[in-house]
Amino acid sequence: MDIKFKLNGNTKALSTEPDRRVIDLLREDLGLTGLKEGCGTGECGACTVLMDGETRLSCLTIAAQIDGRHITTIEGLEDTDEGVILQKAFVEQGAVQCGYCIPGMEMAALPMLRQNPNADRKDIKIALSGNLCRCTGYVKIVDAVEQAGREIAAKKEGL
Amino acid sequence: MSQVFIPSHLDEVFSILNQCPEARLMAGGTDLLVRLRHAGADMKPPLILLNKISVLADIKLDAGDLCIGSGVSFSAIMVHPLVQDHAPLLAKAVGTIGGPAIRNMGTLGGNIITASPAGDSLPPIYVMEASVVLVSAAGTRTIPIARFISGPSKTDVRKDEILTQIRIPVDDGFQAQCFEKVGLRRSLAIAVASFCGRLKFAEDGTVVAARFAWGSVAPTVAGSPEAEAAVTGRRLDTESIKKSVAAATESLSPIDDIRASAHYRRTVAGGLLRRFLENLQWKKNHA
Repeated sequence: MDIKFKLNGNTKALSTEPDRRVIDLLREDLGLTGLKEGCGTGECGACTVLMDGETRLSCLTIAAQIDGRHITTIEGLEDTDEGVILQKAFVEQGAVQCGYCIPGMEMAALPMLRQNPNADRKDIKIALSGNLCRCTGYVKIVDAVEQAGREIAAKKEGL
Repeated sequence: MSQVFIPSHLDEVFSILNQCPEARLMAGGTDLLVRLRHAGADMKPPLILLNKISVLADIKLDAGDLCIGSGVSFSAIMVHPLVQDHAPLLAKAVGTIGGPAIRNMGTLGGNIITASPAGDSLPPIYVMEASVVLVSAAGTRTIPIARFISGPSKTDVRKDEILTQIRIPVDDGFQAQCFEKVGLRRSLAIAVASFCGRLKFAEDGTVVAARFAWGSVAPTVAGSPEAEAAVTGRRLDTESIKKSVAAATESLSPIDDIRASAHYRRTVAGGLLRRFLENLQWKKNHA
């Protein structure tokens, strides 16, 4: 099947099997290995991408579903101001240990921060509730998203 | 490789199903794709994607019913003003499904057709006495949800039909309601037990109607006419609450499984009912 979609802002047109999992299309066919496969069954959030700005699990999405859509992966995060702030906050807060879950965590946090940079810790925990981390105990991850929210809100007010 | 169809009208769905009866309808895919994966590499039925069919994505009021298209995502249901006004129980219940990304993908129609004993949208749909609308090339059937689901993954939908809409009667006069889910975690957790209750009071505080339903304690959503009868026709008091909880605990027959024992499930199911009733009793006495 021929599909055409925007990937991190760039148009991609390619031919693939219509039921190819989007995670395989991105990682294996297009070499974007930032997103990870944890469970393959929608229970860990490591493969989270944005489709038209909303979080979505790429392990439970097939190629035919992304035709005509905008897909954002962790590789596209640094193209946005919010994404850069978010990445920096994860580093500064020491929120990364083994790192496997972090691309999914950041993709899950991004749409929430865009909608509501003033999100409190409860909102942040809900936004990240579909993402498992087996190292950090989550505290520093929540700290990082909170810091990013503060910085994004400050930047918005400054403009 | 699966063949994948992307119809944009219901008529196309009917003709695909006619030519290709083994094809599977796919809405959010959060359940179907996992099942197909577990079934193995040779399990590759043709898929019919439903997300381009605009009539399945509607939420509207029609003839006294809140009508929710089968293809509406849980996220969209949670924030929709008509759902918040007329079916807040459903908004709350679907907000407990999976995590945010799953809720962006999964649909109400999918949750109903999957017919899991633990389907979190189902207890509210039962207590609100909703109906499902099934459409085929031959016509339309509207069936009450309690008659539609008969067991795990078992529904009355025919091979040539598609579930298009869920119709929930609104303004039916129930003043008190709750939905609660107990899981092993708060997110990405299948219910150990869930409970949904609604009560209608007369002006003097007499209960004139009660509707209770539990999830995850039976092969389908379980009701308890005995527990409902125990509180109906009188004001809520300690004695009627005790009787109702005892009747519920006795009538439910949950199973042991990986998530919880039958004994625990039964206790939790009764406890959720008791909490609902005792909170209301307290409110009535302190109003």
